[in-house]
Amino acid sequence: MLQDKDRIFTNLYGTHAPDLEAAKQRGAWHLTREMLAQGPDWLCDQVKQSGLRGRGGAGFPTGLKWTFMPKEVGERPHYLVVNADESEPGTCKDREIMRHDPHLLIEGCMVASRAMRAHVCYVYIRGEYIAEREALEKAVREAYEDRLIGKDNVNGWDFDLYVHHGAGAYICGEETALLESLEGKKGQPRLKPPFPANAGLYGCPTTVNNVESIAVVPTILRRGAEWFAGFGRPNNCGTKLFCISGHVNAPCNVEEEMSISFRDLIETHCGGIRGGWDNLKAVIPGGSSVPLLPAEQIMDANMDFDTLRDLKSGLGTAAVIVMDKSTDLIRAIARISYFYKHESCGQCTPCREGTGWMWRVLQRMAKGEAEHAEIDMLLEVSHQVEGHTICALGDAAAWPVQGLIRHFRHEIEDRITLYRTPRALIQGAQVAAE
Amino acid sequence: MSNDQFKLNIDGRDIDVPRHYTLMQACEAAGAEIPRFCYHERLSVAGNCRMCLVEWQGAPKPIASCAQTVGEMRPNPDGTAPVIRTQGDYVEKARSGVMEFLLINHPLDCPICDQGGECDLQDQAVAYGRSGSRYDLNKRAVEDKNMGPLVKTIMTRCIQCTRCVRFAAEVAGVEELGMISRGESAEITTYLEHSLTSELSGNVIDLCPVGALTSKPYAYNARPWELRKTTSIDVMDAMGSAIRVDAKGNAVMRILPTVNEEVNEEWLSDKSRFVWDGLARQRLDTPYVRRDGRLSPASWGEAFVAVKDALSGRPEAIGFIAGDLVEVEQAKAGLDLARRLAVQNTDCRPAGAAYGVDGPREQYLLNSSFMAVEEADALILIGCNPRQDAAVWNARIRKAWLWNDLKVHLIGDPVDLTYDYDHLGTGPEGLAALDTLSGASRPMIVVGEDVLLRPDGQAILAAAHAAALNIGAIQDGWAGFGVLHNAAGRVGALDVGFVPGPGGLDTAGMLSGKLDTLVLMGGDELDLSGLGTTKVIYIGHHGDAGAARADIILPCAAYTEMSATYVNTEGRVQMTRAAVEPKGEAREGWAIFRAMSDSLGHTLPYDTADALREGLRAERPHFAGLGFAPAEAGVEALRAPMAGTGTPDLAVPFGARRGDFYLTNPIARASKTMAECSLQHRGLETAVAAE
Repeated sequence: MLQDKDRIFTNLYGTHAPDLEAAKQRGAWHLTREMLAQGPDWLCDQVKQSGLRGRGGAGFPTGLKWTFMPKEVGERPHYLVVNADESEPGTCKDREIMRHDPHLLIEGCMVASRAMRAHVCYVYIRGEYIAEREALEKAVREAYEDRLIGKDNVNGWDFDLYVHHGAGAYICGEETALLESLEGKKGQPRLKPPFPANAGLYGCPTTVNNVESIAVVPTILRRGAEWFAGFGRPNNCGTKLFCISGHVNAPCNVEEEMSISFRDLIETHCGGIRGGWDNLKAVIPGGSSVPLLPAEQIMDANMDFDTLRDLKSGLGTAAVIVMDKSTDLIRAIARISYFYKHESCGQCTPCREGTGWMWRVLQRMAKGEAEHAEIDMLLEVSHQVEGHTICALGDAAAWPVQGLIRHFRHEIEDRITLYRTPRALIQGAQVAAE
Repeated sequence: MSNDQFKLNIDGRDIDVPRHYTLMQACEAAGAEIPRFCYHERLSVAGNCRMCLVEWQGAPKPIASCAQTVGEMRPNPDGTAPVIRTQGDYVEKARSGVMEFLLINHPLDCPICDQGGECDLQDQAVAYGRSGSRYDLNKRAVEDKNMGPLVKTIMTRCIQCTRCVRFAAEVAGVEELGMISRGESAEITTYLEHSLTSELSGNVIDLCPVGALTSKPYAYNARPWELRKTTSIDVMDAMGSAIRVDAKGNAVMRILPTVNEEVNEEWLSDKSRFVWDGLARQRLDTPYVRRDGRLSPASWGEAFVAVKDALSGRPEAIGFIAGDLVEVEQAKAGLDLARRLAVQNTDCRPAGAAYGVDGPREQYLLNSSFMAVEEADALILIGCNPRQDAAVWNARIRKAWLWNDLKVHLIGDPVDLTYDYDHLGTGPEGLAALDTLSGASRPMIVVGEDVLLRPDGQAILAAAHAAALNIGAIQDGWAGFGVLHNAAGRVGALDVGFVPGPGGLDTAGMLSGKLDTLVLMGGDELDLSGLGTTKVIYIGHHGDAGAARADIILPCAAYTEMSATYVNTEGRVQMTRAAVEPKGEAREGWAIFRAMSDSLGHTLPYDTADALREGLRAERPHFAGLGFAPAEAGVEALRAPMAGTGTPDLAVPFGARRGDFYLTNPIARASKTMAECSLQHRGLETAVAAE
């Protein structure tokens, strides 16, 4: 259980004003100059020691990622790009940061830029986030006016921040597609290598980080890496914003300690499962792209990267989607499948063709209008997509399907059998009165 | 192992390859075959088809071998070379998976698809695909796009490899093709469904690995396996691009490029590719003699009687003009006959030209070869539009500009060349700026042939040559000075010496009506209005301007109907090969002169084309070097200052390139396809598809 004194996002619910004055009172922009003065090596080192892992889904150690940037600025400038294209279904944490605590993000951008020797940072905001963009832009203006950022600012590191508004494509949350889009091109992922740290935005060394990963950094530095590392299990440190939606009594966004058990998370913050714990059917623990887990596996699991990975799922963005027994899982996954089919960029073959195929099969399966053999075929198709694509969208489209078949194959089979059973044999079916 | 080599183990075989190799190249070097759709060695890497996946042992996923640079691969933890497998279950499964995805939305219309028989998708489906389909849902259909009169689209067949998009953006330099929408709905389309504003648009047909982009004029005409394929040389411009003429029976069905790294790489201009329907229209297939003001068909015997009559007058009142498409053999035979008749009025150059009469041949060649532009660091174009005159070379200039930091400077009409250039002026005054371009270490100066047709042409050529000497365009191993011609026959005719003899008239003089008889070998581009009462003997293959004015017509073979020598603007001697028979009574040009000489009593000393060529080689040894361009061998000849007469006329700008790109010669003017292209290009009307 995270205590209030240990919360990083103290205005997550917008109970206080988001403006600069209020943010400063909450601790933002405190000792920033001193932090920057410590230099890049110290900053990277601190973030490494804090054990912070990327909050965007993949969970790559943030400090390590920062050290991939060249140690010296050569001919090409360095860039920090913040990925605020938060589009994963179920995920709604970054928008709260931008709406209510934008100064933490701006300060984080500046600190991270210093750590990577960048003087320019771009924040790429999801197209649908209009209020969030306005809130962030207002905060950026305040920071400029207060000379916290900009040329010759009070913090001693020339730093410019640009907010760029996307056009509403999920794929632009993929870091290289984001860079393409930022450069004004069609948002399609690039081939890797080269990785952005070598050739990113405009071919210059670039690091792309999630909003939450960046926004937590100043507080970590102010309170010390050990403080942050003290939460959660080893290798799964810190506090984390969970977005709990679905069949809980009180869906919410909440900052909690990493590795909190699912039961505690739901009981403490969401008022329990709708209809009680016996009514829990399945949970998608990390946003729509990770495989779902059945009730018995998730109930007492620790909500962290490693536990969920071992359960063949993932923490992802920590967008917990809870489904009770009223849920038609096949339809739910079919809907998720439709999302990925709709958002596939169409660049590479397996994803372009496979996402549509999977969705169509699932749609029929939701009605039961399929063959038993098609379940295995669907699984095989999902494996033909997974790992064969340029970016991870192919994987993201395949995993939910694989999760469904892994844990709820019997439901699909029953549905198909039921569909094929003559109506008269179904108990309670209306038989026409002749 | 040196530093620029990298050790790999491919299918159990250790191999060293250069570090800059892609994994695909490395696998091929190791003898493994890697299937691919989107990869093309002359385009950037897209990596989107995922067909070239291979297994890298230890990697979590299969690797797209087209996109992986060998030098960036990590050795195994124990220091041994990375182990790559291009066979085995893992790879085969990945490939058959991709193949299956490509096929689920690809229509099964191979029986009516023009690509059938030469389709990458077909071939690879057989080699790497599954035996049957598991996809029983409806296939996606995509609306066809209008891409103009040349490219037929059946977009449902498209597999989104984006080769065409990359070609348009990178090689052709027109960003008018692109993919719109995303996911399954992704479609390739041209900007606003117009045809590409490129002279190279037909190449997307060759690039398309499936039948989505096919040739519109060729649609449903033939199957690849029923075509007789003849490699030959193109004559639509002075480049001499390597082509393959596909014929069925006695009809040319299509023309495709073949690879000649030194000339056209593997591209071909639209005019060269689609002109073939002009070979079947407006043809002269029998001799004609004008009787009572009307041309009427005649036998060869009757025609030669009329010819003898016309050529029996004073030699001073007889002239020979060789046109743009004349092959070397015809020029040689025509010239030999003229000299035997003591005729000195011979010329192969357009009216107004004064170049090429004396001095070494280097003075009228593009000495710096086409390929050399990739080594050059500055290119100065003087009154020349390579986009029109040598469209394929223009793509190479663009390549050098794009990848090698070539700086291009232009003196002349500021047209869109598909790359940026520094405009030094529109007229000869721009020549003064050349002296300031001293920074380049391998500069290249190219003068357009049009410039040489000006009254001050020789002065400009001399000034450009002087500048070339001055800025180091002519140095050991680098002959960076030359003339870009636009007619396929010009250099060859100049090489055999088809210029006015002592005291002879030039083209302008012969066309002014002073002659009694003019032998016109092609020459349909000339202004014939001043001929007055001059009797015209026309030797050509198309009923065009020359035939209309002619009094006697002797039909000859076109370039696809004979084995003939052409010399391109680089001075490269190349030969066409006969793909089909000449039309009707038509004969090869040299044979007409041979027969004519017989009837005139001045028999030429060769009975076969080979004997003619042998004589030519003895006389001018460079004709022996088939396929060879002299390039830097011309340095010595270029070092001598050029004798210029007069000074450039600064008041007259170079002006736009004359004529219409699509209609520069009688074959093109007889082609319906070219007419449609021309209409479309001029924006006059929306052309109707030539289907």
